[in-house]
Amino acid sequence: MKRLFLYLLTLTALLWYGCSGKGAEQRAEAPETNPKEILEQPETHGTEVKEVALSTPLDQAMVKKGSDIYDLKCMSCHKLTDEKLVGPGWKEVTKKRKPTWIINMITNVDMMLAEDAEAQKLLEQCLVRMPNQNITAEEARSVLEFMRKNDGEK
Amino acid sequence: MKTNIINSIAVAVLAGGFFACKPDNAGKNGGSEIAGDAAQKVYVAPGKHDEFYNIVSGGFNGQLSVVGLPSGRVFRIIPVFSQFAENGWGYSEETKPMLNTSHGFVPWDDSHHVALSTTNGEHDGRWAFINGNNTPRIARVSLSTFRTDEIIELPNSGGNHSSPFITANTEYAVAGTRFSVPPDANADVPISSFKQNFKGYISFVSIDKTTGHMGVKFQLKTPGVSFDLARAGKGKSDGWFFFSCYNTEQAASLLEVNASQKDKDFILAVNWKKAEEYLAQGKGKKEAAKYAHNIYDEKTHSATSTILTEVMTLDPKECPGMLYFMPCPKSPHGCDVDPTGSYIVGSGKLAAVIPVFSFDKMQKAIAAKTFDGDFDGIPVLKYDAVLHGEVKKPGLGPLHTEFDGQGNAITSFFVSSELVKWNIEKLEVLDRVPTYYSVGHLCIPGGPTAKPHGKYVIAYNKITKDRYLPTGPELTQSAQLYDISGDKMKLLLDFPTIGEPHYAEAIPASLVEKNTKKIFKLEENNHPYVAKGEKETKVVRKGNEVHVYMTSIRSHFTPDNIEGVKMGDEVFFHVTNLEQDWDVPHGFAVRGAQNAEILIMPGETSTLRWKPTKVGVTPMYCTDFCSALHQEMQGYVRVSPAGSSVPLTWGTGKTPTAEAEKKTANAKPKLNTPKVAMK
Repeated sequence: MKRLFLYLLTLTALLWYGCSGKGAEQRAEAPETNPKEILEQPETHGTEVKEVALSTPLDQAMVKKGSDIYDLKCMSCHKLTDEKLVGPGWKEVTKKRKPTWIINMITNVDMMLAEDAEAQKLLEQCLVRMPNQNITAEEARSVLEFMRKNDGEK
Repeated sequence: MKTNIINSIAVAVLAGGFFACKPDNAGKNGGSEIAGDAAQKVYVAPGKHDEFYNIVSGGFNGQLSVVGLPSGRVFRIIPVFSQFAENGWGYSEETKPMLNTSHGFVPWDDSHHVALSTTNGEHDGRWAFINGNNTPRIARVSLSTFRTDEIIELPNSGGNHSSPFITANTEYAVAGTRFSVPPDANADVPISSFKQNFKGYISFVSIDKTTGHMGVKFQLKTPGVSFDLARAGKGKSDGWFFFSCYNTEQAASLLEVNASQKDKDFILAVNWKKAEEYLAQGKGKKEAAKYAHNIYDEKTHSATSTILTEVMTLDPKECPGMLYFMPCPKSPHGCDVDPTGSYIVGSGKLAAVIPVFSFDKMQKAIAAKTFDGDFDGIPVLKYDAVLHGEVKKPGLGPLHTEFDGQGNAITSFFVSSELVKWNIEKLEVLDRVPTYYSVGHLCIPGGPTAKPHGKYVIAYNKITKDRYLPTGPELTQSAQLYDISGDKMKLLLDFPTIGEPHYAEAIPASLVEKNTKKIFKLEENNHPYVAKGEKETKVVRKGNEVHVYMTSIRSHFTPDNIEGVKMGDEVFFHVTNLEQDWDVPHGFAVRGAQNAEILIMPGETSTLRWKPTKVGVTPMYCTDFCSALHQEMQGYVRVSPAGSSVPLTWGTGKTPTAEAEKKTANAKPKLNTPKVAMK
C-alpha cells in the first residue's frame, strides 16, 4: 500500500513540476458593489458643511427641535454647563467655535477627527471618539440654535 | 483489486495532468484535484469584499450562517429556530415569543433548506426562508437586518422536510410533510390504520409582497406518502409545483426496507393556480388546528406570538385536475426544475439513472389522459409519456441538482462521492470531480433560479474525516468550492461550516449589501419600555416587578446605581442603546442572571429579566468592548431582604445640572444623588 501511495505521489509531483512556471491568473472580477454606495446611505454622515447662516433673533422652533435632539442624542455625554462629562460641556461653545466647526463636528465627526487639529486635541482629552449620532445637517443647525440659546443669545 | 483501482486512478490523474499542461486555456486542469491558480481565485485581499453571500443552513443547529464566496469566510450566524448565546436570541424577553409553538417554547430545532426570495424567478435580495424540520415551521429572515423576522408553525405535519421552496414571484413557500400523519384534530388512531387515516399534508404558505408576512393559505390533503423535496415551476411551468415523494408503499415501520420495495415512487405535480381557483369556488374546508404565528417588529424591537386555531384544507378528491403523479425511480430525493422551467430532474437515491421529465410532455399526457392507473384517486401519468430522457450511469446515489445557466446541470452523488456535470438537452455526462467526502447538497449561485449566476459550485459534504486538524470525535462540517467557469470543474478551496451545511443559496453581494441596515433609528423606536435619552431613564415598581428604563452609550449606563430591589422581585432591565453609529453595540450582564446576557444594537431596546437569588450588592456591566473606557462601563444593584424598607432610588454620576433637573422635573421619582463620582 505504502509503495502504491509513493507511486501516486511521484506521479503527482511530476505533473506539478510539469506545470510550474505558468503564470497564475488573477481573480477575474472584483465585487460589483462600490463600497462608497454603502457609505452614502442616509444613516451615515453627510458631506462637509462649508457655510452656516445665523440670524437674530433666534428661531424658537429650531431651538425647541434642537433641545429635543439634545435630550435624545447628546445629553448622555454633554452637559449644558462648562463641566466635562464624557465630552466637554456646551457652555460658551458658540463663542469658542465657528458655526461650521460645530455643524461638522456633529455631522462629520470622522472627517473632523481625521483633519481638524482642534477636534484631535479634544479626542486626546476625552479619549472617547465623539459618536456619529445620525444627525442630519438640518438637525445639526437646530442643535446649534439651541446652543446659542444656552449661551444667552436672544 | 486494490492495485487495479489505484492504477486506474493514477491513469486518470495522469490524463488530467496532461490536460492541465496544455497551453490553451480550454480544459486546463481537467480532472486534476486542485487548480494551480486556486489560491489567487479564492484570495480576497484585506479590506476587500467577497463577490457572493452564501446563505448556509446550519442543519441541526437551527441557524443560518452567512459566508463570503469565494473566500469561505464566515461573517455571521443568524439564529432562527435556536437560542443563541452570542446575542441573546431566544433569551431576551423581546425574542422569546419567536420560539413559541403550539407545544410551548421550543429552544432548538433542526433546520434544513434555504430559499432566497425571487421576483420573476430571479433573486431579488429581500428575504431568506428556512424550514424548521422537527417542530414543523417556516421562518422568514430579513436580508437587510440579517435577523429572523417571522416564524409560522405548520399544523397537520411531522418533519417539515419538503420546505420552504418558493414560487417564482415568492407568492408561496411550501411545506410538504415528510411524515404522513392523521389530522391533528383527530389524531388518536392506531398506527396500523396508516392507509385509511394518515395524510400527506402539503401547506401553501402565502407571502405578502410588501411586508413578507406569512399565512397558511391552504393545505392539500394528499394520500399518505413521505414528501421529500420540491421545486416550483418557472417560466412556462409557473403555476405548478413539483414534490418528490417516497414511501408510496405506505409503511409505518422499518422504512429502510419497507419503503424501498417499489421500482418507482412518484414526483407529485401540483397545479397550484388550479388550487387557488378551487379555493375561490369555495371548495376549501376549514379544519380545527392549533399553530403559532410569531412576528418580530423592527420598530418595537419585540416579537409577538399568536396561536391560530383553524386551517383551510383542500381534498384532492373534490378537486380534479389539481394533482398528478409522475412515476420516478427509486425513492427520489431531489426534484429540481431547470432555469427555463422546461425540465424536472428527479434524483432517485437508489436509482442507476437520472430521469429528466419534460413539462411539455407532461401537459400533453394530461390532455391526452395518458394515465397508468391512479394512486388513491390521483391519476398516475405514464412514465414514458412524460420522460424527456434518462442520464445513464451518472454515478451512485444521486441527491440534488443545480443549474449553471449554460444548459448544464450539476448533480451531487452521495454514494460515489462526486459532482457530475451533464447537459440537460443531450443528457450526456460532461465532467465529474470527486468530493471529500460524501456530498449531500450542492449550490451554484442562483442555481435554482431562472437566471443562475454560475461561476462556482459548492459541495456541502456529509463526512469530513481527515480534511482538517482533528478535534476529537466531533469534527467540523465541511464545504468545497469548485470553479465551474470553464468546461471542467476545478477544486479551489475547502472551508469549514457552522453546523451541518444542509443546503445553501448564494447571491451576488451587489443585490444585498446596498440594503444592509446599519442602525435602528432612535426616533422610530416604539418599544414600550424605551428610554429616549437619559432624561427618560427611571425605575418603576409594579408589585413584585421592577422595571429599569436604562440607557447605554459609550461608556456608561443610566442609571448605574440602583437600590430598593428586594428578594422575591423580578427585575427587568430594559436597555436602550443610545448610539446611532454603525457597529457600536453594547452588551449587558448582571451577576447570577439565569437568563444569559443581551447584546443591544444601536437604537434598539432589549430586555434582560433577572430574579435576584442573594441579598447584597450585585455588579452589572457592558459585555461588548465599546470604547477606551469600556472597562469603566459598569454599575451596581443593591438587593435587600424581602420586606426591607430601603426605598427605590437610582442615578448615575454627580449632581445633575440645573438644566437636567429642570428637564427631569416632570419625571415622577426624584433622582437619587449619586454614590459614584464621575471624573
